[in-house]
Amino acid sequence: MIEIDSITKRYGETAVVDSVSMTIAPHTITVIVGTSGSGKTTLMRMINRLVEPTSGTILIDGADNRSIPGYELRRRIGYAIQGHGLFPHRTVAENIATVPTLLGWEKSRIAAKVKELLSLFQLDPAAFGPRYPHELSGGQQQRVGVARALAAEPNILLMDEPFGALDPVIRAKAQDDLLAIQKHFGTTIVLVTHDMEEAFHLADRIAVMDKGRIVQYAAPEEMLVNPATDFVETLIGAGERPFRLLSIGAVADAAEAGEAEGEPIAAASSQRDALSALLWSGREALPVVGADGARLGRVTLAGLARRAARPQ
Amino acid sequence: MKRLLPNLLRLAALLVLIAFLVQPALFEPLLKPLVQANAPAVYNQGSLLSLTLSHLATVFAATLAATVVAVGLAILVTRPIGAEFLPLSRSLVNIGQTFPPVAVLALAVPAVGFGEKPTLIALFLYGLLPIFENAMTGLSTLPPAVTEAARGTGMTAWQRLTRVELPLALPVILAGIRLSVVISLATATIGSTVAAKTLGEVIIAGLQSNNLAFVLQGGLVVAVLAVLIYDGFSALERVLSRRAGRV
Repeated sequence: MIEIDSITKRYGETAVVDSVSMTIAPHTITVIVGTSGSGKTTLMRMINRLVEPTSGTILIDGADNRSIPGYELRRRIGYAIQGHGLFPHRTVAENIATVPTLLGWEKSRIAAKVKELLSLFQLDPAAFGPRYPHELSGGQQQRVGVARALAAEPNILLMDEPFGALDPVIRAKAQDDLLAIQKHFGTTIVLVTHDMEEAFHLADRIAVMDKGRIVQYAAPEEMLVNPATDFVETLIGAGERPFRLLSIGAVADAAEAGEAEGEPIAAASSQRDALSALLWSGREALPVVGADGARLGRVTLAGLARRAARPQ
Repeated sequence: MKRLLPNLLRLAALLVLIAFLVQPALFEPLLKPLVQANAPAVYNQGSLLSLTLSHLATVFAATLAATVVAVGLAILVTRPIGAEFLPLSRSLVNIGQTFPPVAVLALAVPAVGFGEKPTLIALFLYGLLPIFENAMTGLSTLPPAVTEAARGTGMTAWQRLTRVELPLALPVILAGIRLSVVISLATATIGSTVAAKTLGEVIIAGLQSNNLAFVLQGGLVVAVLAVLIYDGFSALERVLSRRAGRV
């Protein structure tokens, strides 16, 4: 749990972050969105004290984050950034081993962890471990960057626009990987982005920042239905609302009893994907299948349309 | 294959140089046409090999000292705590560069006496600037994402310097050392005017006795050394920057 209490950061006269308070529940993904210069990155960087606040406190699991030296704090908190920031003179394996090495883990434990993480991110340890970062593709570098952030098994992972430099195809894959990883480790993730699509796809809770203040901190559904200010509404994009609503829900929740013809849709994919498949195939209904291939019923255009409507 | 010919030439130059230093008499027929009758064609007032080694030792010692001081200063002024010393450090190394080595020798002799010492001082001062400027560049132009990641992973200031910043700046620092070494190799010859044992002795002996062969062999040995050492450093830099993914 991260408890941020009236935290403020001033550079000279301007308050970049202005008296922000929020509580981030453990094992959730919180996405901080806002335009550039809204203070979202500064807010996140105060959690691991890459930026020292002017006033206010941040408690991590009840302990003030200033009770230990900054570098020790940062070894306990994973940190992944845009453009990955891999050390170019170190191999992939050495990069991932950075924090465990700083913590003085035994060699065998580090080697096992590196291997585990590389496999988890679908990179063959034998092939990729000894390579240098510049020999990898952008998507692979980004995965190694996240693997490095997770190497010391942190409870908290901070991510600063981690997928910003990726092309759309790889980005979607990286986001899904992140969701899977979060389920796997139960890590508390705080992610900063200016991409609303990304925010709605990943977040359990979204915090919208504007001019150093949090204007709304709510679950995605809540934010769609009741945007706190015009700014939030603009950010969401009024024309996107029904589709964003569908993108939050899984097909499994929209499944109805009955049979249907056509290419089946995975229960885990989003209702937005299902709508897209329905419209493209020109059908009224498509079958839904579970991860094991079992039929779970069908999803219909009419059903999705009801779900996309403004909740009363 | 593209590098084969230059490398063969370098190897040949090295072999000829070694042969000349160990057995200078073999080259007498080549140098004979350059001297008047009866004058010696090959330097005969001491061992060329020992002069070369002492020349190299002087350059090595001066460059090592200049590297330690210049890199140390560059590290200091690129830390937040030492940033205010940047103008002062720049002025100091610039004075070292603008002060002619001959003048340094003239001033140093009364203070420390004849021999190696004044030469070491002159070369040290003269060699500071290129190393300092390159170390500054190397340490202040690191990719921001990498330095950010070094902090974010919980490295202390010392760990960031030794594990990330210096290794990444190394190719650029080496380029500065390379320039400094080559300048020092040439400049060291004037040390012989104040009794330092360098290849300058051969050149000065040639000038005094109007012996073109002496001047030529002193000069050529220094030139070949400079070219080989320059190429050696360049190759090392290439290997390091390729490893660092900076090419």
